[in-house]
Amino acid sequence: MTDTASPTETAPRFDAAAIRDQFPILGTRSHGKPLTFLDSAASAQKPQAVIDAVAETYAFQYANVHRGVYELSERTSAAFEAVRGKARGLINAAHDNEIVFTSGATEGINLVAQSWGRANLGPGDEVLITEMEHHSNIVPWQLLRDEMGITLKVAPFDDHGVLIMEAFEKLLSERTKLVSVTQISNALGTVLPVREITAMAHAAGALVLVDGAQGVPHLAIDVRALDCDFYTFSGHKLYGPSGTGVLYGKADLLAHMPPWKGGGDMITSVTFEKTEFAAPPMRFEAGTPNIAGIIGMGAAMDWVAGLDQGGLAAHEDDLLAYGAACLSEIPGLRIIGTAPDKAAVISFVLNYAHPHDIGTVLDNQGVAVRTGHHCAQPVMEHFDVAATVRASFGAYSSRDDIDALVNALEIVRELLG
Amino acid sequence: MSDLRELYQEVILDHYRSPRNFGHHQPSNREAKGNNPLCGDKFTVYALVEDGMVKDISFEGRGCAISTASASLMTELLKGQTEQNAQAMFERFRGVVTGEQDQRLDDGLDKLNVLAGVRGYPMRVKCATLAWHTLKAALNQTDETVVTE
Repeated sequence: MTDTASPTETAPRFDAAAIRDQFPILGTRSHGKPLTFLDSAASAQKPQAVIDAVAETYAFQYANVHRGVYELSERTSAAFEAVRGKARGLINAAHDNEIVFTSGATEGINLVAQSWGRANLGPGDEVLITEMEHHSNIVPWQLLRDEMGITLKVAPFDDHGVLIMEAFEKLLSERTKLVSVTQISNALGTVLPVREITAMAHAAGALVLVDGAQGVPHLAIDVRALDCDFYTFSGHKLYGPSGTGVLYGKADLLAHMPPWKGGGDMITSVTFEKTEFAAPPMRFEAGTPNIAGIIGMGAAMDWVAGLDQGGLAAHEDDLLAYGAACLSEIPGLRIIGTAPDKAAVISFVLNYAHPHDIGTVLDNQGVAVRTGHHCAQPVMEHFDVAATVRASFGAYSSRDDIDALVNALEIVRELLG
Repeated sequence: MSDLRELYQEVILDHYRSPRNFGHHQPSNREAKGNNPLCGDKFTVYALVEDGMVKDISFEGRGCAISTASASLMTELLKGQTEQNAQAMFERFRGVVTGEQDQRLDDGLDKLNVLAGVRGYPMRVKCATLAWHTLKAALNQTDETVVTE
C-alpha cells in the first residue's frame, strides 16, 4: 500500500476498464442505478471466459468423470484433470496429486480437521488459530475439540488488526500440533506474515494450514516458498464458479491421511468386508464432483494468469490507498482494520448510523457492500462493534466505484446524520 | 431517494436516537432474547404480566434504526394491553411490514404505519419484527433465543 495516494491524484495505468468490460454483470443496473459492486471479498463476479467455460462444458463436453470408457467421458475427464495442473501452477505446488478438489475453502479446512485431525490429534493436543479467523477456521476445530478433547488456542491481534507475533510465539508449545491461520483477514484486510508463522510453527513441531480464501485473489502464492503443509482456497473468490475450491497438501501428508467421506470414485476395490482406498487426491473426492464448476475454476485460473500481475497488484494497492484516503475525510467515519500490510478490504463504521441502515441506503444507490459481522464475530467483539460496512475490491474495481460509495455515503449523512 | 425518506422517517429516527422504555424495567416476570445473526442485532425484551395484562415492557440491546425504532414503538403500544391483544397486534403488524396486509393500520396501531416502508426491503423485515418475535417468545415463556435471519 502506498501512503502517497490522495483523492486528487490520478490512478496508475492499468486497464481496469478493459477488464471490467469482460464482466457482463458489471454492466447491469440495481435500483435503477449502475451497479457499483464492492463485495468481491464475499464472492467475486465472473468474467465471460468463465461463464463460457461452464456453458460450453454443459453444451458440448459433459459426462461423468473418471468412469466412462467412451470418448465424451474421457474428454470431460481430461478437461477436469487439467485443472489440477492449473491449480498446481497457480500456487506453485510440486505435484498435481497434491491438489484435492473441494467445494471451497470451508470444505478444505473441514477435510483437514476430519481426516488429518481425527487421525493425528488427541486429548491435550492444541490447535492454534488467530483472533481474526473467519468462522470457517474456528468452528471445524471446535467440533473436533468437543469430540476429541483437543484444546483450541487463539492468538490475539492489536487495535490496528495486526497479529501480535510475541503473543503468537508464546502460545506455541510442544502441545501445538497444528497452526491454522488465514492469509488475509476477510473482515480487516490484514495480510498475515504466513511465511514467518510457518517457520515458527515448524520450529515448535506443528504443522501449518493456511486459509487462502482471501489470499489467492490478491497475492502471488508459492506454497513451497511458504513451506505450509496445507493451503486451501475457494474458486468463487477467484472469479470462478461457486461450489469449487482446492485443498493443497504436501504429498507425504496426504498419503497418510484417511478418507473423510466415503463413496464412489475414491476407492480401488470394494467388497462388503473391506475397501481399498484410492491414492490422493482421489481418496478425498468421493462422489461426482462439481465437474463444470471445476472446469470453470480452471478457466478462472487461466484468466487470472493472463492479467498483468504487477499492474494488478499496483491497481489494487491504489484502490486501497485511494479508498482509505477518501473515506478518512468523511466526518464520523472510522476505518476498522488499519494494519500497514493490508489488501483489498476496507471495513468501516459511522458514529451516527448502523451498518445495516447504511447498507440499505447504499443499496438504494446501486452500491453493493457487505454489512454485518462478516462471519468473523470475534473480530467485531475486539472492536466492540456489532457489525461493520465492508467495501472490498477485485481486478475490475475502479476509483469510480469508490467515488460512487463516497457519494452514496453523503446520502446516508443526509438521511441519517 | 423518496422511498428511502419513507423508510427513514423522522419518527423512526427519533425512536432510534431516543428509544422509549430502554433499559430493564423492574419488576418484570417475562423475558426473552432475540438476535439476528445476519447483522448482529441483539435485543432482550422484558415484560411484567399480571392477570393476563401486559403491564410493562422494556428492552435493551443494540440494533439498527429499523429494529430499534420498532422495538421502541412496540413497548409504547403494547403496554397496558391484554396478552391476547398483544399477540393479535403482533400478527397485524407482521402483516403490514411483510406486505401481506395492504391497508394501513388504525385503532391505536396507526403509529406503526411508519414502518410499512420496510416491505420494499425484504432483508429488513427481519429487523422490523425482531423485537416483536422476542416479545412473543417472552409472553409464551419460551426459553430458546429467538433468531431471525
